[in-house]
Amino acid sequence: MMKPGTLILHAAARFLVPLQLLFSVFLLLRGHNEPGGGFIAGLVASGAFALYLFTFGAAVTRDLMRVDPRNLIGIGLFFGMISVFPALFNGQPLLTAQWWPIMLPGGTEIKLSTPLIFDIGVYFAVFGSVMLMLIALTEAEEH
Amino acid sequence: MQLAVLVIYLAALITPWLFVQHQHRTAYLMAIVPAALTIWFAGHIPMIAAGEVLIHEFAWIPGLDISFTMVLDGLSLMFALLICGIGTFIVLYAGAYLKGHEDQNRFLVVLLAFMGSMLGLVLADNLITLFVFWELTSITSYLLIGFNHHQESARKAALQGLIVTVAGGLALLAGIVMLAIAGGSYSIQEILNSSNSVTSHALYTGMLICLLLGAFTKSAQFPFHFWLPNAMAAPTPVSAYLHSATMVKAGIYLLARLQPQIGGTELWTIILSTVGAFTLFTGAFMALRSTDLKKLLAYSTVMALGTLTLLLGIGTELAMLGFAAYLLAHSLYKGALFMLAGIVDHEAGSREVTELGGLRKQLPLTAILTGVAALSLAGIPPLFGFVAKELLLEAMIDGAFAWFIYALVIVGSIFIVTVASVIALRPFFGAFKAPKSADKIHEPPLAMLAGPIVLVALSLVAGLLPGLAGYWITQPATNAVAGTVVDGYLALWHGLNLPLLLSAVSLIAGLILFKMWDNVRNRLRILDPIIARGPERGYFLFMDAIVWVAEWQTRKLQNGSMRNYLRTIVLVFVGLTGYTLLARYQVHWNFDISVYFHELLVLGVLVAAAITASVTHSRLGAVAAMGGVGYTIALVFILFSAPDLGITQILVETLTVILLVLVLFRLPSFSNISTTRERIRDAAVALTVGVLMTFLIMITIDVQLFEPISGYMIENSYPLAHGRNIVNVILVDYRALDTLGEIFVLALAAMGVYAMIKFNPQTAPGANHFAGTLILPPKKIPEKDIVHSLDEIHLAMLEKEEILAPGDVAENNGKKIAAASDAKSNPDLSPNASDGHDDDVAEGDGSSESDNNQRKEDKPS
Repeated sequence: MMKPGTLILHAAARFLVPLQLLFSVFLLLRGHNEPGGGFIAGLVASGAFALYLFTFGAAVTRDLMRVDPRNLIGIGLFFGMISVFPALFNGQPLLTAQWWPIMLPGGTEIKLSTPLIFDIGVYFAVFGSVMLMLIALTEAEEH
Repeated sequence: MQLAVLVIYLAALITPWLFVQHQHRTAYLMAIVPAALTIWFAGHIPMIAAGEVLIHEFAWIPGLDISFTMVLDGLSLMFALLICGIGTFIVLYAGAYLKGHEDQNRFLVVLLAFMGSMLGLVLADNLITLFVFWELTSITSYLLIGFNHHQESARKAALQGLIVTVAGGLALLAGIVMLAIAGGSYSIQEILNSSNSVTSHALYTGMLICLLLGAFTKSAQFPFHFWLPNAMAAPTPVSAYLHSATMVKAGIYLLARLQPQIGGTELWTIILSTVGAFTLFTGAFMALRSTDLKKLLAYSTVMALGTLTLLLGIGTELAMLGFAAYLLAHSLYKGALFMLAGIVDHEAGSREVTELGGLRKQLPLTAILTGVAALSLAGIPPLFGFVAKELLLEAMIDGAFAWFIYALVIVGSIFIVTVASVIALRPFFGAFKAPKSADKIHEPPLAMLAGPIVLVALSLVAGLLPGLAGYWITQPATNAVAGTVVDGYLALWHGLNLPLLLSAVSLIAGLILFKMWDNVRNRLRILDPIIARGPERGYFLFMDAIVWVAEWQTRKLQNGSMRNYLRTIVLVFVGLTGYTLLARYQVHWNFDISVYFHELLVLGVLVAAAITASVTHSRLGAVAAMGGVGYTIALVFILFSAPDLGITQILVETLTVILLVLVLFRLPSFSNISTTRERIRDAAVALTVGVLMTFLIMITIDVQLFEPISGYMIENSYPLAHGRNIVNVILVDYRALDTLGEIFVLALAAMGVYAMIKFNPQTAPGANHFAGTLILPPKKIPEKDIVHSLDEIHLAMLEKEEILAPGDVAENNGKKIAAASDAKSNPDLSPNASDGHDDDVAEGDGSSESDNNQRKEDKPS
């Protein structure tokens, strides 16, 4: 259905995909304190590949992604689920947030936590779901 | 105790691995688990008999007052011993009985899972936990009844059992919630020990009816008794275990457990006594008419369950004593009798008493054991069944409230003597008669005889030394059921009294009836038409009604028109919400007019975009206008300082537009198929819902039902959740469970979209027809469309596989193929196309497919 991508689109897609992916990771990580978070970041990441999809088609995009979107969904749900249980080991109700601050040499503190794992799960689940639908629809078009 | 339940489940889990190596010997290995647990529970007998109660606490969902706390008192100890003790022998028995059966593996897994669930049920202190185990027993029972799933009768019986017990389970859940409201807790111990009376609570009547529905369906009380005899389609170990000794007593257990707090009222007495007495009589009467050994036993189980309910209904201390004794006696002899009936069936090849006779020479031990167990069933000294029956009669004379109960009980006990004689004498005495020849019939392996031997021995020991069984086992159980310490004892000899006289009368009458049994059975045939109109007919009518209603509402509501769906949903929403709104809160008219100019501007764009979207004739234009609406809403979010919502809205909107554009090209060209009238009607519906939403929003501003939680969230976002972005903290911390559910829904939705696109028969013919065959009826597509679409498909296939020659697919699809065999022999087909071909048949001709299934079903049976 789509015409082969124009030169501008081609060039833009190549550069924008890594930038958008970086931005999505940025959004994901800052999400707890600033606007952002797993859901938004997942949407941004899918946006990146959606652009690529429009430009180069489904097969090339699949190659670029390397991971099947269905597996991404699985990874997302898996992360979501493993963040449920750590609280159990501390005798708290399921899903109670656990925090493991780590001091890096140089004085920077990284706060690892189950909400972070959970957010990563949301990220992949959203990313995978949107990409699954988009690629499936595109492939149906291309046939 | 939690560990005890867990161990059984673990045993069920590892069974498949062990089975690979040890085959049927796995069962002998697995029997160690319940045997060890029996010993463990038996070790607690002295402590429980001394009046102590063992409580193991374990939190599960403390916020909802749900715990895994388990309690061992007299009643649960007796049940636990029965479950594990009889369970040990059943597992052994199953090992030999199903030796060489291809699915023995599956059988053992489900059997052990059932055992764990049943044990959990009787130990659970929390009503919700109890309910979970309750439903688990229903499900495992379903799997076990339907074990021979290639037989239609087994499948039907399994489904019937499941539907009856699960429907009751729903009522039970309602009853449990009401009980928890009335009793102030979900913990049974707390409800029982609480001083405020549940019986005087306003919810009492409703609660009792719901609880009784749950208990009666599970325990096969009249008029729900019909599923139990049908459940005899299960292999014998299942009948012996679930449908006589344990599961069917779950309902009785629940009533006994709650008796001290919810029992004793007039309503309780009347319902339980009446239902119990009727069940008792129905069971005994139906048993008298049956000739299948297992059916005989099943109906006599119905009778026993009725007796137990009756005793609970009578509710005196004597009745409680009788209850515990009868329960123990019944489990012992009935478990043994079922296993013995299975041996006869297994060895002689039939369980129709009319086809059997004179087996005592071939199966001497089985004959003796059956005889002794049947004595207990008939209530003849010195068996434990006699002790229990004397108590029943005594309690009835002492406390029953109506004359018809006396009559039903006495007639029932006459019938049961006859039934016991039939079971004990018919197969074993008289001239030799069996489907198998005499020299092929021999005693079964020890694994199958062990259970009956031990259970019958226990019946005998308990009968000879009733004081012993009474002191250690039934007395603590009686105390638990009565809620106080009951002063009583079990004895074989109660002196020359009325119960003894009644026993003697029923014995003599029963034996006379046995002499005339064949005759009586033939006479009773005239009642067949009436029995056919019994409660089971109600079940079938109910099932038909469900199908009818489902069909009707599918035709009305889900007729395939999207617009119709949408209109139904919207109108129902408008009707219900609008009614609530007007009836409760009236209309609030609350316009704060002080808006800024730029806000008005955004609003203007929003309205303009919305109007464009609904009137435009171009699809792309509509999509763009919808996008405009979305982006403007994002702008509104940002204006009211909700950046997260704004960003999300923009991203979602972008992706939605992309998705829509992708779909757009797949749609047929734009055309107006609705009349002007329909369009006006739809516009009116849309306007109504818009107006309603407006009023709803105005009300949410004005009416504050609860203190908003946002204050708490804002305050604690950083101190507790270490996050300054409250939206994100809500998503991943405060409301993480919701989000978890949402990502699962999202994943499912994506899978659904994927399945719809990928498995659409028009996109990929022959590749996969799941969606098409399962959901859609065979489609009637105009000839020209078929050719058109197939050409396209064909080209695609040629490109991809270069296998099919032109014309094949078109030919096969064009004429509907009547049967699979025809299709297979079609010489035009290349081998690769045959896959797709089968699917075509399945899709194209529904009737031939079902015929095939029919044939497949018929063959093994």
